[in-house]
Amino acid sequence: MGRSRKPSEFAIEALIKASGWSAVVFVLLIFLFLLREGLPTFAEVKLGSLFGLRWYPIEGHFGLVPLVWGSIIVTLGAALIAVPLGVAAALFIAEVAPRWLRELLKPLVEVLAGLPSVVLGFLGVIALAPLVRTSLGVPTGLTTLTGSILLALMALPTIVSVAEDALDAVPKSFRVGSLALGATRWQTIWRTTLPAARSGVLTATMLGIGRAIGETMAVMMVTGNAPQLLLAPRALWSPSRSMTATIAAEMGEVAKGSTHYHVLFTVGLVLFLISFGVNIAASSMLFKSRGGGGRMLS
Amino acid sequence: MSRLDAKTSERIAFALLGLAALLTVAPIVLIVGVIAAKGGPAVSGEFIFAAPREGMRAGGVWPALVGTLYLTLGTALVAVPLGLAAAVYLSEYAKDNLFTRSIRIAIVNLAGIPSVVYGLFGLALFVLFLRLGSSIAAACLTLSIMTLPVIISTAEEALRAVPQSFRLVSIGVGGTRWQTIRRVVLPQALPGILTGVILGLERAAGETAPILFTGASFFLPALPKSIFDQTMALPYHLFVISTQVPGMPVKIQYGTALVLLVFVLSMNVAATFIRSHYRRRRQW
Repeated sequence: MGRSRKPSEFAIEALIKASGWSAVVFVLLIFLFLLREGLPTFAEVKLGSLFGLRWYPIEGHFGLVPLVWGSIIVTLGAALIAVPLGVAAALFIAEVAPRWLRELLKPLVEVLAGLPSVVLGFLGVIALAPLVRTSLGVPTGLTTLTGSILLALMALPTIVSVAEDALDAVPKSFRVGSLALGATRWQTIWRTTLPAARSGVLTATMLGIGRAIGETMAVMMVTGNAPQLLLAPRALWSPSRSMTATIAAEMGEVAKGSTHYHVLFTVGLVLFLISFGVNIAASSMLFKSRGGGGRMLS
Repeated sequence: MSRLDAKTSERIAFALLGLAALLTVAPIVLIVGVIAAKGGPAVSGEFIFAAPREGMRAGGVWPALVGTLYLTLGTALVAVPLGLAAAVYLSEYAKDNLFTRSIRIAIVNLAGIPSVVYGLFGLALFVLFLRLGSSIAAACLTLSIMTLPVIISTAEEALRAVPQSFRLVSIGVGGTRWQTIRRVVLPQALPGILTGVILGLERAAGETAPILFTGASFFLPALPKSIFDQTMALPYHLFVISTQVPGMPVKIQYGTALVLLVFVLSMNVAATFIRSHYRRRRQW
């Protein structure tokens, strides 16, 4: 560091160092502003009624339970579809497919990651919903299940690419050793490779689910937007309303500074905390397993 | 019951895995195919260059297309310099300590925050607190922060891939740290950085939720005149015409979806092309 630096260079380096902190600053800012607009809720609405079972803002019912339930059910449905499918597809791409097929499948999965959610929502409304309605024989195709199917599609690219990276990171010697002992390729995958990559596969699952909970447009367009509490199997083929969809659908129409406005920010705060928890857990697992985490973000 | 022999169970397992991969990619081909087939006939020069008419049931998508272009460029203007500088910091300056780790955790979290929460944040900070109003400026700033983690992490990966020996040679012949970064490391990492930037902007271009309350307009007959005006945007326009306007012709809906898809996927193709092109030409 003894070398003399020009003042301009010093300024540039100072700027770079300041920018390095931008991510931390923004996370804090987001948290602060959600608190600032969300906290008045707790002065305006009794805590007990926030845990109420009815969301009907016009009459002052701000029970968050149906919204949280809606998010849970639609995400659970998506996870049931996307996790087995995604992990299996990752296994196929990483371990089974010949090179040419791999080079074909990977960009296709990337295309899925790039599809705007509103395009999926549009197709959900126009094509998937009628299909769901006729095949289930329900009065409307705008159901939780329709949302789950779309969410599964949106979570798949994350699950496939993170799980595939984890499988790639398993040392070749593991596979060679297993094969040398006389195991078939499938036995090697099932008994050696997959268990060795399990923390990465778990991370992939969590990130995929995290993405599904936070998805907004597609869910809002196809789940029918009825905040109601139904038990698990029936809830799937009935309309529901997620936390994200509630914010997106109602924020445009509320008066700034009203109770409704503050409650919607509280819902945002809950979503922020959920994603914070999921990501801290997922990244701590990834940091532990290989001290990195670059691919988590794609 | 005799157990399946190892060879048979392998064959069954591989078939199932292949089926899963097929089920994963088939919807993509189907989605792109259906939109291209049904939207193709709707798209014409008039559809692209005309404004919507008759309560959006006729005309084209021009104001929405231009709006999305503005939003994407504005987002790039903010997010690229900031994200690049942060990536340079992480790859070239930061030591591996608690502070750096907290930056990485913040980046991962920023990437995971739901897009609609970015919308709330943009509304609270840019629209109301900083009094930018619902405007292109507020929407671009919101989208920039959302795009930042993708740009930082891909750019950092590209910078780290430049071999250490390049830096040592530059320092060895008397270059300062910044000269080394600017003249040696950045040019070598440029293709990787560009790929990351395009992928980040692709996401911003297709997003709806963050701009819902920060700058997107339901319908505007004229193009915005300044960054403090609202604008139409393709994703929001598609949302509006597929859920909010009764009696909307399906042809226009599919046409709009196709224009949006081409806009976004052409960025995807560009990124893939840059990546494969430069990987082949790389000298290390």
